[in-house]
Amino acid sequence: MDTNVEIGLRVNGEQATRRIEARMNLVDFLREELGLTGSHVGCEHGVCGACTVRVDGRIVRGCLMLAAQADGADVWTIEGLSDTGEIRDLQEAFVERNALQCGYCTPGMLLTCAELRERNPAASRQEIREFISGNYCRCTGYEAIVDAFEMARAREGGPS
Amino acid sequence: MKPAPFAYFRPESLEDAIGVLVEHGEDARVLAGGQSLMATLNMRLSAPAVLVDIGRVPGLAGIERVGGGLRIGAMTRHAEVEASDLIGSEAPLIASAMPHIAHPAVRNRGTFGGSIAFADPAAELPACAVALGARMTIAGKGGTRTVDADAFFRGLYETALEPGEVLTAVDVPGIGAGWRSGFMELARRHGDYAMIGLAAHVEMVDGRFGQGRLVFFGAGERPVSAVRSAALLEGESWSDALGARLADALKEELDPFEDLNADAAMRRHLAGILVQRTLGPLAAAA
Repeated sequence: MDTNVEIGLRVNGEQATRRIEARMNLVDFLREELGLTGSHVGCEHGVCGACTVRVDGRIVRGCLMLAAQADGADVWTIEGLSDTGEIRDLQEAFVERNALQCGYCTPGMLLTCAELRERNPAASRQEIREFISGNYCRCTGYEAIVDAFEMARAREGGPS
Repeated sequence: MKPAPFAYFRPESLEDAIGVLVEHGEDARVLAGGQSLMATLNMRLSAPAVLVDIGRVPGLAGIERVGGGLRIGAMTRHAEVEASDLIGSEAPLIASAMPHIAHPAVRNRGTFGGSIAFADPAAELPACAVALGARMTIAGKGGTRTVDADAFFRGLYETALEPGEVLTAVDVPGIGAGWRSGFMELARRHGDYAMIGLAAHVEMVDGRFGQGRLVFFGAGERPVSAVRSAALLEGESWSDALGARLADALKEELDPFEDLNADAAMRRHLAGILVQRTLGPLAAAA
């Protein structure tokens, strides 16, 4: 039986077509086939959130989705969202608030924060913590990340 | 780790999906949202030769009123269930369980039917299905059949689904007058699988409990309906003394497993805590 599959999808606004092993997950596809190494591989079983990417407008675990399942999808990674400037304010706030140290969780954390901003812009600190609870950070203790989310929001004129 | 190699099929009709599943029998697994299965594939706890992705099969997603209840399509994403007003009004037990299922990124892809069919003993939705008396619709080569939740969950990751079959929908009865739901779980970290959890669905008449179900998850190989303990509720109003009697009864009735998170004695103790924290406020809510 053929264990390969041909897929075509849009990644950061550009079409990508490849023939790959069906067992390849989405984050490995992005990193190894497309060279987009901003999405990180951590636990590989859906716990840590380092591989978080946006598929058809919603964040997903890049390790819990086959690249084959993303055939026809619209995928965005940290590289694309950095280029478009969509999350520039969040990125600046992360730097200013020291919301990262080693940076391993940061791309996933930023994508998660971007979705929270869209779904619940007035989130309380507790709600921010719950929403990012699927993204592990072993450096900051999360407090600075919550601060950064609030800082970016305050600069847009939202609640501080 | 990475999954072992497999052949990947993505049928675009239910008929084709069943055809592939029948052809490959025990070697094939259904891939729905993949939020549990992919993890087990990555860790090579499971290595099927064939994956049948039902993500493009039409008609499997969505929530609709059917008869007096709700029909939840197997491919309905957790995020959609969580946001559904119909679920909120007709199946409040499920609504209150949703935020406990993993994390937002997982709920964006994970599916209602996937969670039921995977039948993890510590998962929320199988317990809710048993507490509510849900009915599963299963499609196979010979047509469809229905199985009650009680009979559907057979053991550890084991269900009434046979090779060649697909869970297509779950029917949940509408909430009856006087019935109330409570849901609570205890986990080390938010979003982790629960050490133990409770899905309670009980009738209240004039401040007194009537019939009801107390279904625990993380307490055995499948959802555990504590029938003898629930019977203590009938005709009683809530009191601390009743809570204490229930906690004692649960210690007798439950026979939970042990793991690194909690031994059996701790799980029995936590079951009593859960029932007191859940039923007290549930009885007080007018």
